[in-house]
Amino acid sequence: MKLTINGKVHEFEVEAEMPLLWVLRDELGYTGTKFGCGIAQCGACTVHVDGLPARSCSTAIGDVDGSEITTIEGLGTPDKLAPIQEAWVEHQVAQCGYCQSGQIMSAAALLDSIPSPTDEEIDAVMSGNLCRCGTYPRIRAAIKTAAAKMEG
Amino acid sequence: MGKIKTIARRSFLIGSVAVAGGAAFGVYTYKKPYANPLEDELYAGESTLNPFVLINKEGVTIITPRAEMGQGIQSTLAAMVAEELDVAWETVQFKHGPAASAYYNNAMFAAGVPFNEFDDSFVAETMRSGMKKLGKILAVQMTGGSTATIDGFDKMRMAGCSAREALKTAAADRWNVDASSLETENGKVINPANGESLDYREIAAEAADARPATVPLREASEWKYVGKSMPRLDMTAKVTGTAEFGIDVRLKDMLYASVISNPKLKGKMNSFDASEAEKMPGVIKIVDLGDGVGVIADNTWRAFNAVNAIEFDWGDAPYPDTQAGMWDVLEKGLSLDPLNTLRDDGDVVKASADAPDGISAEYRVPYLAHSCMEPMNATALVTNNGAEIWTGTQAPQVAEQFAAEALGLDTEQVKCHTTFLGGGFGRRVEYDAAVLAAKLAKEVPGKPVKMTWTREEDTAHDFYRPIALGRFNAFFDNAKNLRAFDAKISSPSPTYDAMGRLGFPVGGPDAQLTEGIHNQPIDIENYRVYGYNAEVGVPVGFWRSVGNSFGGFFHESFLDEIANHRGVDPVQMRLELMANYPVARNVVEKAAEISNWGSKANAGSGMGFAHTLSFGTYCAQVVKVSQVKGKISIDKVWCVADPGLVVDPKNFEAQMMSGIIYGLTSAIMGEITFEDGEAEQSNFHYYDAMRMHQCPEMEFATLSNKTHIGGAGEPGTPPSVPALANAIFNLTGERYRELPLNKHIDFV
Ligand code: FES
Ligand code: FES
Repeated sequence: MKLTINGKVHEFEVEAEMPLLWVLRDELGYTGTKFGCGIAQCGACTVHVDGLPARSCSTAIGDVDGSEITTIEGLGTPDKLAPIQEAWVEHQVAQCGYCQSGQIMSAAALLDSIPSPTDEEIDAVMSGNLCRCGTYPRIRAAIKTAAAKMEG
Repeated sequence: MGKIKTIARRSFLIGSVAVAGGAAFGVYTYKKPYANPLEDELYAGESTLNPFVLINKEGVTIITPRAEMGQGIQSTLAAMVAEELDVAWETVQFKHGPAASAYYNNAMFAAGVPFNEFDDSFVAETMRSGMKKLGKILAVQMTGGSTATIDGFDKMRMAGCSAREALKTAAADRWNVDASSLETENGKVINPANGESLDYREIAAEAADARPATVPLREASEWKYVGKSMPRLDMTAKVTGTAEFGIDVRLKDMLYASVISNPKLKGKMNSFDASEAEKMPGVIKIVDLGDGVGVIADNTWRAFNAVNAIEFDWGDAPYPDTQAGMWDVLEKGLSLDPLNTLRDDGDVVKASADAPDGISAEYRVPYLAHSCMEPMNATALVTNNGAEIWTGTQAPQVAEQFAAEALGLDTEQVKCHTTFLGGGFGRRVEYDAAVLAAKLAKEVPGKPVKMTWTREEDTAHDFYRPIALGRFNAFFDNAKNLRAFDAKISSPSPTYDAMGRLGFPVGGPDAQLTEGIHNQPIDIENYRVYGYNAEVGVPVGFWRSVGNSFGGFFHESFLDEIANHRGVDPVQMRLELMANYPVARNVVEKAAEISNWGSKANAGSGMGFAHTLSFGTYCAQVVKVSQVKGKISIDKVWCVADPGLVVDPKNFEAQMMSGIIYGLTSAIMGEITFEDGEAEQSNFHYYDAMRMHQCPEMEFATLSNKTHIGGAGEPGTPPSVPALANAIFNLTGERYRELPLNKHIDFV
């Protein structure tokens, strides 16, 4: 099997039912993508598959063989943050931080399809991502800042 | 740590903390400083000036020995050291550091003194300082009870100050000048006489041996970092997926594992059949753990699958089968002798007998899971010489001790590395994950094993916020003046349960049972609050704000009922009851002001008010709700807090926000129920939390009239629950006395 992850090609053999999440985390070491529930309820495991957001815990690897995957590590790095990550820092969004990879990947996908979303559009997309630390007000503010940065 | 346990065996309980029984730990023990644990770990070219400051060629690293579970504590503590040490914020590096007695938490013990926060009397103060000494003697490194900032405030600044003075002394020796003539700035010692400077890194080795004079801490007017919003040091890592949580630990040759234990908690395992699991791909070993089974595999998902394929025959739990049976225990608890009688002013019995008018109400709250975003996990490596544990824990020494016990090792042979915590909320003071990982790793010596629970296992094996029942009575004269207030609370004591598990078996009154009720800044002529310990047997623990999480709901809802019965404004009534507590009054007045309490602007909405003083912070909240297509929408929350000094305003606000959302989640939908001895909820589809579209707008104000510094992590939670219930009453006329509220009414 083959995946292109953040531009890098990986070849490996696992059973076709293994969720993408565990290929990323355990087989290939991309631990930025988190496990929260395993049943597509929390969004912690969100990545982009061929540019579209997906819950990697509920995406069988056999169904995405050959795809291009973007994980949080591929969005930006500590030395070179993506604009959306800059917005997250500006608003000091993260608390424990565990949900934030998934939040940022969902928000990035939202901004890809709707460059300046309304509150309702933000709610509709982001309500799939749980945050037990309650960072929602700052996530909302950071998405708006990111939208402005990316437009400008 | 072995010693701590021996001491704690002979302990009793004051307030909510264990106190050593004997007086044998005298002044000598107290004065003797703990060894600097960094000295054992230095690499070539590194110097340590005290347990909190490490200097190497990269620069200054500040040890921030408290669990980072979202509250930004490591940045807050680093700012305190940097304040005195004169290093530029952008250059500061930080790490949690080793588990060690040098990092004991004083404030956690002082907070357990059974005096109310507003009591500054000589006796209360003496007790507080006595308890702080005890914290040092027991030397427990623990994060919890909203105490880390309070504990660190002097200690961390002193660490920075003494390191700075040592560096000046070293520079003075080199230059042959008087240390007091030198200055420090941006990681350098400067000689103002000739403009010469020395980088801290150049003189760190000499400074480690320097014996500087003691100088006082800087005045508040000189602060550059404390009191300002500093960018969190962990933020970049947390937005790039590079922060390492326990679940992210990766070690050479590491194996992966998962465990299922008896969901009938504390019940035995009669038998199990792992014949299917054994054949599954990637399975390396099946381990009988006594009350559960672990599977070691080569991938977490394969371990999940295999452990789920095991057939179990579980023994029964030692508590009632059903939820109704548990409520029975609480009702019967009310006829026991009270465990706490922490408020008994005037004569409630007489006043109630004479009163012509009265109201009564019964309140109930369910069990709650902590539901940290990161499921419980730990990694362990067992070798011939000992063991290492990697985990996100609020109490690393406790994890070391119990892992050692499970492995038959001395505590000194086990070393715990604390990672970031994907949520804590009180759940991660427990050591269960560390022990499970250690037991599994023992089966494959030399290979690290990362044990991860499924979400289902995490929900089924929490140490829950206990169920609680409150019976309230209020009595009035003919003019509807409040003459007496009587509260009886029945609940299993989380303090007894958790402290017992942690190796500090305790007895005596447990203030947590009636917190948020007996210790509030109000005066009522005849005022009685009794707590009853009704042991159900379901494991319970510390859940964000502990007893205040239900005490606040009961107390503030019932005060709202009293105001309604009297036909007076609930805020105005609070202000009258708070006549003797100006700090509280200011908080309440400010909340009324910013929420436009009582103004026409809020017509058509329901407005609810509540105030709870907890963890040393006064917190008033107003919640505004409306009805949208028959469902309740929480539109806005105004929150005013007085924690005394706010060390980092932006972070303080984040903590209040977080506490409110955690509280509102519990109010709307939080509930763990038992059937056949097992929790009925499993994953997020049955135990959900507030989501973005349900999250209200929030507005904050902070006051600083208080003298002692208060906590931030928990005080936002208690008032949010009753403020919501009171708002719904205001809108609909329905008074809901049992949580969660979605039992009674729908939310958007
Ligand atoms: S882990 Fe995939 S949605 Fe929760
Ligand atoms: S920041 Fe902790 S769960 Fe979202």
